[in-house]
Amino acid sequence: MIHLIEQIINGLQLGFVYALIALGYTMVYGIIRLINFAHGDVFMIGAFVGYFGFAVWGLPWPVAILVSMAVCALVGMAIERLAYRPLRKKGAPNIAALITAIGVSLFIEYFTSLKFVFGPNYRVVERPFADKLFHLGPINISSVQLLVMGVVLVLVAGLQFIVYRTKVGKAMRAVSHDRDAARLMGIDVDRVISYTFAIGSALAAAAGVLFALAYPQISPFMGIMPGLKAFTAAVLGGIGSIPGALLGAVLMGQAETLTAAYITTDFRDAIAFGILILVLMVRPAGLLGKAGPEKV
Amino acid sequence: MRSRFFVVTGAIVGLYLILEMLRRTGIISLYWAQIMDLSLIITISAVGLSLIYGFTGQFSLGHAAFYGIGAYTAGFVSKSLGGGAGVAGFALALLAGAAAAGLVAFLIGLPILRLRSDYLGIATLGFGVIIRVLLDNSHKLSPALGGAKGMLGVPQLASFVWIFWLAVGAILLARNLIASSFGRACISIREDEVAADLMGVNTTALKTLAFVIGGALAGLAGALYAHRYPFLHPSTFDYLKSLDVLLVVVLGGLGSLTGTVVTAVGWVFLLEWLRAILPAEYLDLRGVVYALVLIVLMIARPQGLLGGQSAKGGKRRAVA
Amino acid sequence: MKRIAAGILAFTMFAAAGCSGTQSGTTGSTSGTGASQGQTVKIGFIAPLTGDAKTYGESAKKGFDLALEQAGNKAGNFTVAVTTGDDRNDPTEGVNLATKMITQNQVKAIVGAVTSSVTIPVSEVANSSKIVMITPTGTAAKATVDDKGARKPFAFRAPFIDPFQGQVAAKFAIENLKVKTAAVLYDKGNDYSVGLMEEFQKTFIAKGGTVVTSLSYGKDDTDFSAIMTNVAAKKPDMIYLPDYYNKVSLIAKAAKAKGLTVPLVGADGWDSADLDTAALDGGYFTNHYSADDPSPAVQKFVKDYEAKYKVKPDSFAALGYDATNMLLEAIKQADSSDSEKIRAALQGLKDFAAVGGKLSFDQNGNPIKAAAILQVQAGKGYKFITSVQP
Repeated sequence: MIHLIEQIINGLQLGFVYALIALGYTMVYGIIRLINFAHGDVFMIGAFVGYFGFAVWGLPWPVAILVSMAVCALVGMAIERLAYRPLRKKGAPNIAALITAIGVSLFIEYFTSLKFVFGPNYRVVERPFADKLFHLGPINISSVQLLVMGVVLVLVAGLQFIVYRTKVGKAMRAVSHDRDAARLMGIDVDRVISYTFAIGSALAAAAGVLFALAYPQISPFMGIMPGLKAFTAAVLGGIGSIPGALLGAVLMGQAETLTAAYITTDFRDAIAFGILILVLMVRPAGLLGKAGPEKV
Repeated sequence: MRSRFFVVTGAIVGLYLILEMLRRTGIISLYWAQIMDLSLIITISAVGLSLIYGFTGQFSLGHAAFYGIGAYTAGFVSKSLGGGAGVAGFALALLAGAAAAGLVAFLIGLPILRLRSDYLGIATLGFGVIIRVLLDNSHKLSPALGGAKGMLGVPQLASFVWIFWLAVGAILLARNLIASSFGRACISIREDEVAADLMGVNTTALKTLAFVIGGALAGLAGALYAHRYPFLHPSTFDYLKSLDVLLVVVLGGLGSLTGTVVTAVGWVFLLEWLRAILPAEYLDLRGVVYALVLIVLMIARPQGLLGGQSAKGGKRRAVA
Repeated sequence: MKRIAAGILAFTMFAAAGCSGTQSGTTGSTSGTGASQGQTVKIGFIAPLTGDAKTYGESAKKGFDLALEQAGNKAGNFTVAVTTGDDRNDPTEGVNLATKMITQNQVKAIVGAVTSSVTIPVSEVANSSKIVMITPTGTAAKATVDDKGARKPFAFRAPFIDPFQGQVAAKFAIENLKVKTAAVLYDKGNDYSVGLMEEFQKTFIAKGGTVVTSLSYGKDDTDFSAIMTNVAAKKPDMIYLPDYYNKVSLIAKAAKAKGLTVPLVGADGWDSADLDTAALDGGYFTNHYSADDPSPAVQKFVKDYEAKYKVKPDSFAALGYDATNMLLEAIKQADSSDSEKIRAALQGLKDFAAVGGKLSFDQNGNPIKAAAILQVQAGKGYKFITSVQP
């Protein structure tokens, strides 16, 4: 029983990290109906910048996280500007943007693995704080787990605030709902899309740093699997829905961890996607998604 | 009409003879011959995806899974037969590979093909990952399959004559399917599924059939691959490989079989040529160049190289 | 019209391939030119120079280069021309490199690969093409024998094999560490890891120990928290971690995070400059050699290596050095660049004076060698504990 709770906590740690990444995917999809394949790589850049921050430049780790978030916000906006906006202006079909997103993802991965950038080898991350084990009765929680969960909760609360209590957030929700109407109402749609990318990328960056702290090896290709799983989580919860992304991510984290713990580690990746397919069969719009009528 | 048939057949036979001779005499080295074979194998797989996505509009991100199923099934059959079964055994293995892939396509297609485009993509992606994990654990089914350590020992029976003519056959099959009423119905599904449904097209049956045929072609390609490369590893059949073949189909132009074939062949050669001309320290640049080419091409010409045309050669506006 | 254009385009691509095929280029460095007088023999070198096993490849290459330099790039009357390939610890890449070296570069022998999972398929390719392959560091048994146990005549190796290594570790655990229970964690996709796990468990149980849990993980797994919670629940006396330095470092950290302080035991894969000595402090591992070994052959090698590279050699460097020297000696004795003659000469080597001792190959292409047991000391490297004869 005790170990079940510990495993659940293990799963929460993983799920919370996925949640930060999933939020970025869901917000971008909600606003421009694009699966931003490059998002997992922004997560990777965030991990590296954070690593440089506290391991190389000696910044205290909260500062490193903030620096990483800022850098990746810029990276995200740049990607949108250079790769996706031209296609949007051309009125190109969605698939073209998707393929371009794949191209950007591959480009980031291969470019950062060049020797003069990050290099193709993984790097070991030294945790900038001591590993402590806390005991809540018979249950053990590590300092890393508490850190991860704490930071994620803070960021999600921040996001809720931005989306529901600020003008920018209102504009974002408006553009998601109906882009043309929002434009008619005077909202600068391009700016709002840029902000969405910035916020999503910043969250991914934080996820990257937390991931590097929790599972301390980073490499240019580290973003592929977590990105894929986070995206699946977003779809699971209903793509375009922020609470959906959170729910989906927590479920994915639990599914993966509990499978690894009690069934077998061999199928941990497959289980997550298996659940996804099953859910999509039953609820094609995802758990919290809106099954809207199809426009004819 | 008839004379055109003879001219085309003659040209293809002539091409085969020339290539075969170049290979036999060593003018085309063993190394490039293998690359040529690979490009033809990828072409078969790409033609399959072209049917599924280029013509029927079903966005599948799991194509490499069928490739892998075909490879492992055929490899297993060949290993079990022990290599003494000769040509008949090889043909059986190929058939088994294609059939296994087609069967799985049918089983997975039934539930997921009713999903909408983006969701279908994710579901097929997930399916691809599941197959990859199953291949990683295949040693539990039978140690001959190797699991995550890879499969060795498949007799290398796929000679050029098999690969070339099967590729030609696949292309002809696709071309004929597309030109038929089946093909036209598939295109109508891609253009506007609701309208096609209203017009009485059995969208479910046709989507599934296209998916099965496309999957079977990928399975055939995989079966050939298993008999041409001595080592199979599950990582060869992962999501990145699905992306590769999707890229080929999109770059070649959706709805253009010629585009798919040309791009498939050109792609493999481009990558190898890059490997040959780049000095060793810059080999890493290959991936960067590949990605940049992709991005630039998509932004400059979103409909793909030969896209925006119907199978009959007329011009149409680009479609998603 | 467009279709004809496309057809011509496709044809020209085939033709271009044919033309590029005629100039068979070699990628990678060629050290040692084929002099116009005297003959040249081409050998290939395959190792992970980048990726998650890169320190092994880098060390092996340093040993390889040192051996060639000391031999003046010659083997008897032959000048040696080298083609190098980076397999990135990816078996498919290794196979591609081997095929390319054999078909396009016409190598007569290959020194490589370094990791077992790459070496096994490469040995298949080399053996079926009748090209000699000697792996400096691949320890899995299947590198020189096939699935049925039959020898692959063209495959050889310089180190001891994993069955021996696994047994040594189990014996050490029971007799020296005096533990009764063990947990084993291994990478199911890695022949090396799997082989060691099996041997260790067999010997451990035969000597009266109990394996309380044996858990596998995948090559790309980074999250070990679930596994570690399970292991901690079983309260083992020790944990056996037969894997490469990068994975082992990660797992050791995860173990510490769950409060596990029992001894960790491993194998030669731990030997790396990139090993996280802090996380593995106090752990033991079986290895091929120790730089502190007072034997003259070892000390001379350490001196020469340090003079050239300014660092102490690890076991991969020593093995790379030995493997290369054995191949050069075989080529010299065969006095031919014919692969079959080289093979026969290599198989017939008796008591070859190597860093690892006086070596001869048994009928499976494996040398008879002793194993050293070393202990990891945080920040200081390894301490030599004892040596075990086969």
